[in-house]
Amino acid sequence: MTLLRSPSASATSIPSAPPARTNPNPLPHIAMFCWAVVTALPLLWAVVSSFKTDDEILNTPWSLPSSLEVDNWVRAWTAASIGRYFLNSLIVVGGALILTMLLGSLVAYALARYEFRGNRLIYYVFVAAMFFPVFLALVPLFFVVQQLGLLGTYPGLILVYTAYAVPFTVFFLHSFFRTLPSEIAEAAFLDGCSHGAVFFRVMLPLARPGLFAVGIFNFLGLWNQYLLPLVLNPDPDRYVLAQGLAALSVSQGYRSDWSGLFAGLTIAMLPVLIAYVAFQRHIRAGMTAGAVK
Amino acid sequence: MRHGRWRFLLGALVPALVLHVVFVLSPYAQAFYLSLTDWTGVAGQASFVGADNYVRLGGDTLFLDAVRNNLVLLAVFPLVTIAIGLFLASMLRQSSSRLGAGYRIVYFFPQLLSLVVVAVLWSFVYNPNTGLLNSGLRAVGLGGLARSWLAEPSFALLSVAAVLVWSSVGFYVVLFSAAIEGIPAELFEAAKLDGAGRWAMFFRVTLPLVRESVQVAFVYLGIAALDAFAVVQIMTVGPGGPDGATEVIGLSLYRTAFSYGKFGYASAMGVALFFATLTLAVLALRSGRRERLELA
Repeated sequence: MTLLRSPSASATSIPSAPPARTNPNPLPHIAMFCWAVVTALPLLWAVVSSFKTDDEILNTPWSLPSSLEVDNWVRAWTAASIGRYFLNSLIVVGGALILTMLLGSLVAYALARYEFRGNRLIYYVFVAAMFFPVFLALVPLFFVVQQLGLLGTYPGLILVYTAYAVPFTVFFLHSFFRTLPSEIAEAAFLDGCSHGAVFFRVMLPLARPGLFAVGIFNFLGLWNQYLLPLVLNPDPDRYVLAQGLAALSVSQGYRSDWSGLFAGLTIAMLPVLIAYVAFQRHIRAGMTAGAVK
Repeated sequence: MRHGRWRFLLGALVPALVLHVVFVLSPYAQAFYLSLTDWTGVAGQASFVGADNYVRLGGDTLFLDAVRNNLVLLAVFPLVTIAIGLFLASMLRQSSSRLGAGYRIVYFFPQLLSLVVVAVLWSFVYNPNTGLLNSGLRAVGLGGLARSWLAEPSFALLSVAAVLVWSSVGFYVVLFSAAIEGIPAELFEAAKLDGAGRWAMFFRVTLPLVRESVQVAFVYLGIAALDAFAVVQIMTVGPGGPDGATEVIGLSLYRTAFSYGKFGYASAMGVALFFATLTLAVLALRSGRRERLELA
């Protein structure tokens, strides 16, 4: 139960707890419980439905399955191509995540720790892009990618994903690299380390907490990306998971394979759920920290 | 050493800058120019038409529907999300830490899901015959309330807004919880000794002290309200709903560009969306500055 470790600051609310107990008001508990039900019920319903037959889904939406139809999952994974979409997502998001973290941390470090003419300008050129809606770039971006012959290719998606994830990464890591002590880096320089070696061997390991936070943030953002692949990735064989699921919800609706679609939906939720269960404190802290910066 | 320094800086900055210029800056810059042309995608055949596209936007009823719907979302979605988020966050402060942590885990999860997953899930929930919502209403004897949530023009947009609220509340509960936990406990105790009730405590102590977080939330939720593309595109018929009841600017832009091939006109929609976003951000930052002055 270490996952449920209370946040440190909640200790401060303990002094106010005893008076609340002498005057028990059920309303807060009812409200909190209700929202938990509203949040969890549709999700649990989708998971349960993914094990039902089409007949059960259509006629008894609230009941539990009479037997576990594991075949739904197999059908979704193979016949409905969820497996292929999953693999495509892994390739594109994995490639883009590695490239984003490498380029983003290099830029953030260079701008945070080196004085040179144009430093501020480059920083603002990157950061300003965060305030533009992607819709504005969509039309020209399509033609840029097309002219480079990268439409519907893995490298094309990886490069575009990276380009749009780097600004936030730079913004987040820039302040992080500024706070790192300079003594260790100076000692490494005196020992004859090159600039690259100081970055990769000394500064990058020191920045691990920041890299972890922004890495999780980027993973979720890239994994859930929909608009960019919708425009830049027209080949159904290369659909990423979100794109494939959206297409499936239209075509399966016509073929009325409801159970297969519920299974596909559940498969799409699983990796995020697993990541959340494993890292939930870090994820919540990292994502909210990114927002208030 | 100086030589190595410049080589390192070039190696660190140039690859990312090239990507940034090619895939981010140049498309943004081109969009402004394209919005002043009648380009339909054929190379070299864009003629300059001045502000014609913008004049046409003013008479395009579907686009005006989209603007209206985005404004409705802007009025409803941030406010409701922040209200529920603040309410739950201040309730969580008073609950036991173990239970509160459990609730936070549940509340936050939808934030992590792709809007595509959320949209597909809720199109099942809203399904008129077999959906969770209608069959639940019928089961408890409220079958009269059951309806085609996404197909009736007067309910479609609000049903979409409800989905956006559902997927966002958890994030803001956690954000506001962090802000509330930063308030010294003595302030709450002093208020309690002075006889403040729950509501007075919330409006006089909690709300003023988390104001900055609320402003951040307004900016983020406002930007999301001006988007709403994925949810509308996947959930509503058309897409865009009955009689354009759920049309949004992003959807108009996408259709105009990639179904009709009117790339110049679509770019004008993008520029309009950009200025809407910019106005929103500036207004929120302005009001933030004024309040900080008042506090000082």
